[in-house]
Parts: sequence; structure tokens; C-alpha cells
Amino acid sequence: MDNTRRKFLKLAGLTAAAGVAAPMLGSKALAAGGGHGAPAAAGGHHEEVPSGVRYGLVIDTGKFNDNPGLAERCQKVCHDYHNVPKFNNSKDEIKWIWTDKFANVFPEKSHYKKDERLNAMNILALCNHCDNPPCVRACPTKATFKNADGAVMMDFHRCIGCRFCMAACPYGARSFNWRSPRGSEDGKPFIEKYNHRFPSRMRGVVEKCSLCSWRTKQGKDPLCVEEANKGVEGAMVFGDLNDPNSEISHVLRKRFTIQRKPSLGTKPSIFYII
Amino acid sequence: MYDKGKVLIGLAIFLVLALSVVGYNMTAGDNKKPEPEKPKGYTACVKSTDYMKSSHMVLLNEWRDEVIREGKREMVKTPEGIMVEKSLQNGCMHCHTSKVKFCDRCHEYASVKPYCWDCHLAPVEPADGKEAI
Repeated sequence: MDNTRRKFLKLAGLTAAAGVAAPMLGSKALAAGGGHGAPAAAGGHHEEVPSGVRYGLVIDTGKFNDNPGLAERCQKVCHDYHNVPKFNNSKDEIKWIWTDKFANVFPEKSHYKKDERLNAMNILALCNHCDNPPCVRACPTKATFKNADGAVMMDFHRCIGCRFCMAACPYGARSFNWRSPRGSEDGKPFIEKYNHRFPSRMRGVVEKCSLCSWRTKQGKDPLCVEEANKGVEGAMVFGDLNDPNSEISHVLRKRFTIQRKPSLGTKPSIFYII
Repeated sequence: MYDKGKVLIGLAIFLVLALSVVGYNMTAGDNKKPEPEKPKGYTACVKSTDYMKSSHMVLLNEWRDEVIREGKREMVKTPEGIMVEKSLQNGCMHCHTSKVKFCDRCHEYASVKPYCWDCHLAPVEPADGKEAI
């Protein structure tokens, strides 16, 4: 009787010891092997070896500021071509490219006592076509994805309208069709003039700028860039960020530029000369 | 057999009712083969007529994935040497200029309702009752 009790206690002790030791060993192995630690403290600006094409944009806000109406013309060209509906309600607004105050476009740079010029500026904003896009990770259906040129694209066919991407995007670059774009209100259609070269969308689909991938494939600049440069040469520069000899790389080497919320680590492809 | 007369009368009524549907379909209404209007001046599409008849929707899905996802936007050549854009609106409907006279003819006959046109814009139909947007 005593003998069996001794045996039982020994076994119980060993089991308990093993139970305590096993997770400790396991966690040690995990800490040593796991590569998913916190990102580097520098915040997404470490240099990487570039590979392939990565299209980007430089926006010279000064040139837009000196030419009132130019940004609006860029928006009109884009929205007209892509059949972007105008719902007469700012909550339902669909925007591929838009303008906003400096403090809203660059909330991180909202320091005390900014100069008047900066405060008055309307800054052109669009999808940043991030190198590390949070919207793409959030999308459960792969309706949004990064293409080979570095543009973050939408496959409207596959969008289920869950709006996870809108929650994930830190730039407000995505809009949801709460109502049918083909509809109308007070006899006024949301899309006044249809462009039959491009589809419209349907209710329940998210839409955004596609960096005019249908044009860039043909070697043309995106519509907004073409329109901006019609107004002022060099107001917008489009090109391959990975090509050291491209015009955009040249501009980025020579001029001081800022990005929207770079500390989030999304690595935006849109740069601003202030 | 009990109630032979009643059963036979009931059976006869059932048969008449059941077959009347088939009979109606065979005699009344237009049950002719649908004849989509083909574009004039062209002899061939990007694939054979048989393939297009049975699998045009497969081709459209392939084009969609190639164009949007893989960036393969190069044009497709027809046997006549005409270059066609891989696009419903700018490719197919470039030659097939009428949705009503081409797409709808078969789709209505087969009672299929593809959702292409929920987003894609059909060509404007000239002076036709149906508005194309």
C-alpha cells in the first residue's frame, strides 16, 4: 500500500514538472525562431533592394497652389473618365482623387504655428499605392491586390462590399457605393455623362484610384498627371521609382519631399514637394 | 378494381393537364431558334463560332483575370487579322454594336440573366425602346 502511494506521488511530481517545463521550452524555441517580432523602430524607411517596376508620383503642391483650379481639373478628368458618381452627400462621396487641407492630408505634420501659405493650401490626395498596402491584407476575397507595376488594384467583380479595406486604409482613399451609381436623385443622375470606354460600378462595391493601369501599360501617364502637366509642366511627375534613371528618381534625389503618414510603415509611392 | 370509372376519368384529366404544357410549348408561341444578329463585314470572331457559342463566358472571365490581375493587356488577333482589345465594352461590343440584337436574343431565349451589365455599359441602341446605359 505504501509502495503504491510512493510510486503515485513520484509519477505525479514528474508529470507536474514536465507540464511546467514544456511550455517554457516551447516559448524559448518560438522566440529564437519566430521572425514576426516588432518592426524596426525606424518606421518603414529602411532601404530595400528594389526589384521590378514600382510606379510612383511626385506632386508639386507649390505649382498647384500657384494655379488655382488645376487640382479640380485633374479630379474632373479622372472622375469623368472612370464614371465616378456624384452623390450629393459628403458622407456618400466617391473619390478617386480629391483635395484637402494640409492639416488633413498630413496630420502628423500639424505642428504649432504653421505659415499662412501652408494653412491655405489645398493638397491633392489620391491612393498612395503603398508598397506595403494594409488594404490588400485586409481584403478577404483578394478583390484588391498589388499588381506587377506596384499599383494597388481593385477587381470590382470580386468585391463583396465588406469595407474592411476602407477601415484598413489610413489615407481615406477608398469609397463605398452606398447607393447605385446608376440611380438618380430629384431627377438628376449620379453619373451625368457616361463614358462608354469604362464600366461603372454597382451598389455595394468599394472603388478607388487604379493609377490608370490601363494607360500606364501603354506607356502613357495617368490621366491626372497628363492634365496637371498640361497646366504646368512638372506639377506632377510619374515614373518608375525603382529605375534610378527615371525622371521621378531624379526629382526625388534633388528635391525635399514628404509622404503621407510614413511612420505607419505602409511605404507610400506618392511624394509631395511642399 | 373498385371505382374503375372515377379512376380512369381522374387519370385522363391528369394526363391532359400534364401534357397540355408540353403541347402548348410545341404549338403556340415562338419557339424558334434564337438568331442573334452578327456584325456585318466580319467573318470570324477571336475563337471559333462553336467555342464562342458554348464558352464565351469562360473567355470573358479569362480575359478579366489576365487583364486586371496579370496585366496582360495585349490585344487578341482574329483570323481576319483584326486586333481586338481584351474587353467586353471596348472589345466585344466594338464589333457587336448592339446588346439588344446580339446578347439579349440568346440570353432571353435561354432565360439567363448575366450580371455583366450591372456595371459594364452597353452600347447605346439607336432609336430603340430599350435605353442602354
